Amino acid sequence: MLKRKLILIGNGMAGIRTIEEILKLDPDGFDITVFGSEPHPNYNRIQLSKVLQGDTTVADITLNDWNWYESNNIRLYPGESVINVDTKKQIVYTDKNREEPYDKLIIATGSNPFMLPLPGSDKQGVTAFRDIKDCETMLQYSKKYKKAAVIGGGLLGLEAARGLLNLGMKVDVIHINEYIMDRQLDREAGKLLQKELENQGMNFLLNKQTTEILGKKQVTGLRFKTGEKIAADLVVMAVGIKPNVALAEKSGIPVNRGIVVNDYMETDIPNIFAVGECAEHRGMVYGLVAPLYQQGEALAKRICSVYDEGYKGSVLSSQLKVSGVDVFSTGKIREDENTKAIKMLDDWNGIYKKIMIEQGKIIGAVLFGNTKEGNRLLNLIKNGANIEEYTESNQTEESGASLVAQMTDDEVVCGCNGVTKGNIVSAINNDGLTTVEQVKGCTNASRSCGSCKSLVADILEFTLGDKYSEDHKESICACTTLTRDEVVDEIREKHLTHTREVMNVLGWKNDDGCSKCRPALNYYLGMLNPTEYKDERESRFVNERLHANIQNNGTFSVIPRMYGGVTNADDLRKIADVADKYKVKMIKLTGGQRINLLGVQKQDLPSIWAELGMPSGHGYAKGLRTVKTCVGADFCRFGTQDSVGMGIELEKKFEGLNGPHKIKMAVSACPRNCAESGIKDVGVVGLDGVWELYVGGNAGTDLREGDLFVKVKTKAEVLEWTGAFLQYYRETANYLERTSVWVGRLGIDHVKEKLEDKGFRDELNKRMDITLATVQEPWSETLKDENLVKRLYETVNVPVASK
Amino acid sequence: MVENTLGRVLIGKYSDLPERLGKTAFVGKEEIALFKLANGKVRAIKNRCPHKGGVLAEGMVSGEHVFCPMHDWKINVCDGQVQAPDHGCVKAYKVEVEENLVYIVI
Repeated sequence: MLKRKLILIGNGMAGIRTIEEILKLDPDGFDITVFGSEPHPNYNRIQLSKVLQGDTTVADITLNDWNWYESNNIRLYPGESVINVDTKKQIVYTDKNREEPYDKLIIATGSNPFMLPLPGSDKQGVTAFRDIKDCETMLQYSKKYKKAAVIGGGLLGLEAARGLLNLGMKVDVIHINEYIMDRQLDREAGKLLQKELENQGMNFLLNKQTTEILGKKQVTGLRFKTGEKIAADLVVMAVGIKPNVALAEKSGIPVNRGIVVNDYMETDIPNIFAVGECAEHRGMVYGLVAPLYQQGEALAKRICSVYDEGYKGSVLSSQLKVSGVDVFSTGKIREDENTKAIKMLDDWNGIYKKIMIEQGKIIGAVLFGNTKEGNRLLNLIKNGANIEEYTESNQTEESGASLVAQMTDDEVVCGCNGVTKGNIVSAINNDGLTTVEQVKGCTNASRSCGSCKSLVADILEFTLGDKYSEDHKESICACTTLTRDEVVDEIREKHLTHTREVMNVLGWKNDDGCSKCRPALNYYLGMLNPTEYKDERESRFVNERLHANIQNNGTFSVIPRMYGGVTNADDLRKIADVADKYKVKMIKLTGGQRINLLGVQKQDLPSIWAELGMPSGHGYAKGLRTVKTCVGADFCRFGTQDSVGMGIELEKKFEGLNGPHKIKMAVSACPRNCAESGIKDVGVVGLDGVWELYVGGNAGTDLREGDLFVKVKTKAEVLEWTGAFLQYYRETANYLERTSVWVGRLGIDHVKEKLEDKGFRDELNKRMDITLATVQEPWSETLKDENLVKRLYETVNVPVASK
Repeated sequence: MVENTLGRVLIGKYSDLPERLGKTAFVGKEEIALFKLANGKVRAIKNRCPHKGGVLAEGMVSGEHVFCPMHDWKINVCDGQVQAPDHGCVKAYKVEVEENLVYIVI
């Protein structure tokens, strides 16, 4: 059968989502061509503000990379725009003189930012905030200039402002109305949000209408209607978006505010469809991802001739996080003579709630600071519920599960990935899922921003009923229902000796395990039986398998050990020579006071190690990494103790130790704490005549201040308490649980109480010493074993004569 | 999208391939990940994850699947299909083992 030609104009979220759905329904039915004006593959526009705010990168918000187009045989013309459609002959024409005939045509041209037609709006330094290019412009300006003005105090403007603050600029937000986000919020919530954002450093100019953009070539400021002026080197216009319908208008496709479509996303012209922000359905134009994805699904079914009721429109709600503040609004939020409202303000905790009622029915809601009830209110509004339904159920302290019960199956739970309640429920039932993690793995719900996590947990509870409990035992991965403690107990009792045996004996669903359980089992087995267990390289993550950190381009990095952060001229010379000889791409100092050689080829690792002749710094390890030190008593005017000596002793004793996760230590010699001992797994602070030990500190993902654990007098005692603490952690923590989380879970008092018992400390240290005695220096060990080098580090090179 | 067929290329000895691990092979301009599975079979796919170009040869191997070391995508090494909840596929190559020699058909 001949494939039909399908053309998509617009390479964005709604259009590509439609294509994905079509590929699911009829993978071989169409010959697909996509035209996109931007030079990028499809990316998540919603997360642009995160890129600007520095939380993620452009690469990370790409939804479909170049490979996706290629592997699905989709012809993509990036940076090319369709300028005309001949709807009679069914041909599209582009700005690069290309003509493409089509059988079916989807228009998904999205929206354009609305640029105020002000005098001076064409100056350099005036930008919208809509695409990657705008993001790049703002990033560039932030490097050279200090003062930004954002016109528009809606969500987009506030997100841009937050990003510019993060980039170190001073930001004025200019808004025409008396409070910000007046589309989604009422006055009360708007003012609360303003207070919060002012605390974060934003400056607001309200009731201000901009009349002119000042400057010669480059913008220098703004003038308002009142005649006032402010200075600005960068002006971001974020006053709204309008459907991009120019092409449709030009081609004679009927347009109102957007391109007019019916429930099947069909325009009035045969074989032409519109989807996404450019489409107008029953008088509504949508700008949120959930409705657009629903439209895409309906359209895909239509194009593939699958019977469906079509798209029926969506009740809009916005669940937002503005600069860390949760905001929700839906339906009608303006009060007038026909409405009544229930309002609650808790100024102390920054929580506000308003529910709008008209003729006894709930018609709208605003939630600020606590948005848990959002979904439930949305449902009540959709179902045309009376206010009593809400107030009565409030008295009976509803659990999340009963709110979930009211949700319809087609309701979107995860807006980022377009996952509905129905998708989640059927995944739970069909695949026997029991944890949020598993639901995430199976359906992608809560995989992106994570704001729907609690709702996913509620759906689990609702679906599993009695089988689910809040402190539900979390199995170590989807291959088993056993928890960490159950697995470890079984290994002990049954004397299990290798990972495959564990999986086999304990009835793993997948007899070869997965990337979660394999490394965990490998760790538990080694921890329980250090003298006999042979570490399984094939169950280790690549970094630990090869004893080098893998980088984003597949090259590796080498971090030699440098005890206590002290080196010497000979070692530095060797490092420099190796860096020259192997063309190391970057030499960088690590946070743990060592030198990192980056961009090394895998096959060069063994020779580099041989030439360095230094031990591995374990910069890749789930285990002891480094002991950072301050200058200490040797040279420092304030140092009370020999921190360098103490650090070196600690590092020499515990080097090569495996743990549930990475272990970082530090030793400082006075309360100034130059080695930052307060945010380490084990941090030591020397004072006059005493050493303080802090534990469970963390400067990373789980930012946490270490707890004071014990004060001791001698270096030997520091080693003793550190050994006992680390061994207790090794024996009781879950794999991949940092000490910060582990101490939080067990409680510092519990850990202290256990370890105050000298007998128990000695036992722990005995087991620690047995483990330490088995440690082999991995780099020299590799060099001794030719077979290992061959198996793990060599690549195969087959030259092919070109024909 | 049509590749030049180079025919059968000798990669090396079967006994040199590490079991339950990947091996990187450069064949002309192509970079290929070879896997010797627990069942003794050898499989080959393109050495780049369709997600963000992670090197699949360094991934953890489980049955007929490999987990990309970059973001843990799970990929079937027999047909190159990315497993749910992710989507996509990588090119899979035909492998022939004769005596102790491994060939890839390119």
